[in-house]
Amino acid sequence: MKVIKKSPIKIALSALTLALVSSTTMAQELSITVTNLTQGLHFTPVVTAAHSSDNHIFMLSEMATTELQTMAEGGDISGLVSMLTNADANVNENPASGLLAPSMSASFTLTNDSANTHLSLAAMILPSNDGFVGLDSWTIPDTAGTYTVFLNAYDAGTEANNELRGSGAIGEAGMPVPPPLEASIGMNGTGITDMESNDKVHIHRGSLGDDDMAAGKSDINNSVQRWLNPIAKLTITVQ
Amino acid sequence: MLTFNTYKKMNHKISHQLLVASILTVGLAACNDNDYTPEAVVPPVVTPMEYSYSITLTNLTYAQPLSPIAVSLHGDSKMWQIGQAASVPLEKLSESGDNSDFLALATNMATTSSEGPVPPGTSVTLNISTTESMANYLTVVTMLVNTNDAFSGLTGVDISTLELNQEKSWRLNVYDSGTEKNDEAAGTIPGPADGGVGYDSARNDTNLVGYHSGVVSKDDGLSSSVLTQAHRFDNPAVKLTITRTK
Repeated sequence: MKVIKKSPIKIALSALTLALVSSTTMAQELSITVTNLTQGLHFTPVVTAAHSSDNHIFMLSEMATTELQTMAEGGDISGLVSMLTNADANVNENPASGLLAPSMSASFTLTNDSANTHLSLAAMILPSNDGFVGLDSWTIPDTAGTYTVFLNAYDAGTEANNELRGSGAIGEAGMPVPPPLEASIGMNGTGITDMESNDKVHIHRGSLGDDDMAAGKSDINNSVQRWLNPIAKLTITVQ
Repeated sequence: MLTFNTYKKMNHKISHQLLVASILTVGLAACNDNDYTPEAVVPPVVTPMEYSYSITLTNLTYAQPLSPIAVSLHGDSKMWQIGQAASVPLEKLSESGDNSDFLALATNMATTSSEGPVPPGTSVTLNISTTESMANYLTVVTMLVNTNDAFSGLTGVDISTLELNQEKSWRLNVYDSGTEKNDEAAGTIPGPADGGVGYDSARNDTNLVGYHSGVVSKDDGLSSSVLTQAHRFDNPAVKLTITRTK
């Protein structure tokens, strides 16, 4: 994860303002833009939340929660949203009103309470079995300015990456195919694997795909729907 | 930054010595008894400051075990560079996972290693200490063992500015040591995917360290490969966190 700071003058000025007001614990106003950097992946509804430092929606090398699994296998963020709401997080849901298409952005504002010092994000990536784009607990700066964070693709470790059309329900094999993706995803593949040897959240190894839309071993298109990290950019302006 | 820091430390030591010396002088000057026999002035023993660090490394890959993690503290230098040939100890480490020559390098001021490989989805924590005031630079390196010569790590990172209990974290990408062709062929990969020989002193690749382009695997059309789609990886492969504990 790379973090790039911008506008030092603005930062200096607001540091001065903060010093004069001498309070850094008030609620902050965040303007956030999430950009899908890929040319062939769709993001399902994105959930973004400011939460306290002891909460996580996922952690690397830990097992996925059921709520995370539900999001990563089927794109359903409702479990994560209620988990976050119960933890008094400030939550934004589904800023793109549906799928966030390749190279598209979605913007929204989020006001975080003073205790909610960390920012996290998740959305399933399609086509995939249990891949997601994620951010785990980025520390929200006290200093006003615009910050850029690049996000990677993760594998929830909960489902074998067979790369075949199938189900978005947890415990059921295959990838969900919502109507807008119907034409771009192949069919009748024989399957890449029925194994998932690493059941912890890890960096996604990428999809294999093939070049046969009607048969072959994968229903993923290997010249369009692969990726390399990073796959998303988050621009956060702290007012 | 190193120069400044070292200068500060040395300056501090010198002034400490001067202070002790001047106290001794004052003591001697005050003692003007004729019977006084001057004793040899024993130079003050300056106890060297010890610095300790806790280093946690997490394997972020799906199916690439990491070879025993080598950790070194050393002076201001890089143990590899993009566009330069790998040293023989780095070649051995990145082709076979054997870090013994790398850890034995004379330029290392403190070293440690994990006892065994670090499997995917797991972490290891190592502690390292030094009293050497110049040991301000960190190198951590490990091989992705189901490859010909891929490694991940960081080298020559200045840690002199770390405060006590301060933590710093990195997500690390994968390098290719450039010392062995990425043919993924049977007998050339030391990890469980193959169990082949690791180190071969012949250099049949670019002989330049660069970023790794990933493995291809037989599932993706490299017919001679013993690797499967499961061994493919993307950056970052490693999460590294260092905390200064003393």
